Amino acid sequence: MSGILNSSIGRKFAMALSAFFLMIFLLQHFAINILSVFSPDAFNEVSHFMGTFWLVQYIFQPILIFGVIFHFVMGFVLEIKNNSARKISYAKNNGSANSSWMSRNMIWSGAAILAFIVLHFIDFWFPEINTKYIQGDMSGLLADGEGFRYYEELVHKFENPIRVAAYCLAFVFLALHLLHGFMSAFQSVGANNKYTKSLKGFAKVYAIGIPLGFIFIAIFHYLNH
Amino acid sequence: MNLTLKIWRQKNANDKGKLVEYPISDISPDMSFLEMLDVLNEGLINKGDEPVEFDHDCREGICGMCSLYINGEAHGPDRGITTCQLHMRMFKDGDTIVIEPFRATAFPVIKDLVVDRSSFDRIQHAGGFISVNTSGNTIDANAIPVNKHDADDAFSAATCIGCGACVASCKNSSAMLFVGAKVSQFALLPQGKIEATDRVLNMVKQMDEEGFGNCTNTGACEVECPKGISLENIARMNREYLKASLKG
Repeated sequence: MSGILNSSIGRKFAMALSAFFLMIFLLQHFAINILSVFSPDAFNEVSHFMGTFWLVQYIFQPILIFGVIFHFVMGFVLEIKNNSARKISYAKNNGSANSSWMSRNMIWSGAAILAFIVLHFIDFWFPEINTKYIQGDMSGLLADGEGFRYYEELVHKFENPIRVAAYCLAFVFLALHLLHGFMSAFQSVGANNKYTKSLKGFAKVYAIGIPLGFIFIAIFHYLNH
Repeated sequence: MNLTLKIWRQKNANDKGKLVEYPISDISPDMSFLEMLDVLNEGLINKGDEPVEFDHDCREGICGMCSLYINGEAHGPDRGITTCQLHMRMFKDGDTIVIEPFRATAFPVIKDLVVDRSSFDRIQHAGGFISVNTSGNTIDANAIPVNKHDADDAFSAATCIGCGACVASCKNSSAMLFVGAKVSQFALLPQGKIEATDRVLNMVKQMDEEGFGNCTNTGACEVECPKGISLENIARMNREYLKASLKG
């Protein structure tokens, strides 16, 4: 078992595991966000639960942060290693003849998602950490004490059309990343069998459906306020 | 057919190398790509120039010796063939054809279009075999029952001719389709199971040491493979490797 992360297959496996974790997180994030469209109260309740429940805050959240950092760092490390495996490029390379654009540009879609995560953290995560753990306000209430603040904060962020456009663009990159990444993760853990064909259909639904759902949420709040 | 060839010329491993343009005329569409290069070389020799070095042997698509990256694809634009089986009818009169060697750090150029693929041999030496006791009481291979599906899959994996098109086509210069095929052909058969743990660990270790890149599952290797080796072999190798790593 020792040194498995030093091997090419071990790194693939680790990338896939962190990808599975992030894909499950994405589904959970979407499930909570879509509540904001149908019921601000439900969104507030769930957000407050997630923001104050110890298991989420002190166990899942650090694992998530580690998973995100690991996936990005490992992605960049592998890209550098892979580039050194061909020091002289082809004068003419017809990549589109044998592979999808998404599969050949995971590093660029990944870099775009990383840029989005930085923006997303500045918008939501850092202020949240500041309110809860620096200012010590765990109440989740608005400054005037009239109800929860989560829905109001969300809606406020999507008043700016530039931010909405940036979020929508990032979700397009997320879709491109997932269109290759979803099935790639299964292949990396060795799951290529009779179920793969059916799974490919589900992968497309997930890869397009989830980002499209996030785009809908962003545009919905922009248009409604 | 009249064509313009842009061919990679490189004197030796240390030379920088460059693409050199050669016009060529009166090429029959029925010629194979290598026969077209033979015609070019005849002309070059008659003029007193250095002929273009390229690998070839059986010219029947089974030895895995010919290579070439033609117009941006390993073994050219056709599917399920090696360069020796590529015919000039795949091109149009007046075309410009760019011909380069297979590129990978683990496949250094020896001269012109010839690359050193002995890294594949070293991977094979690391575990691509089964040990058979030849003391006189060796069991006939056919006496051991093998599931039909496993036999078929093992045979498919064993059709890999080790040409290196997978490495050349992969954006990461990964050798995982080759190693996956070599691991699979034994992992699926009872004779190969005895050394399965050591085989996959040693072959992957050697593959990494040779400087091949990491597979990112683009699938380019499977598309360009002259023998249609499936990505399932890479998945099987991944499973075998993880199983072997857990065993120690």
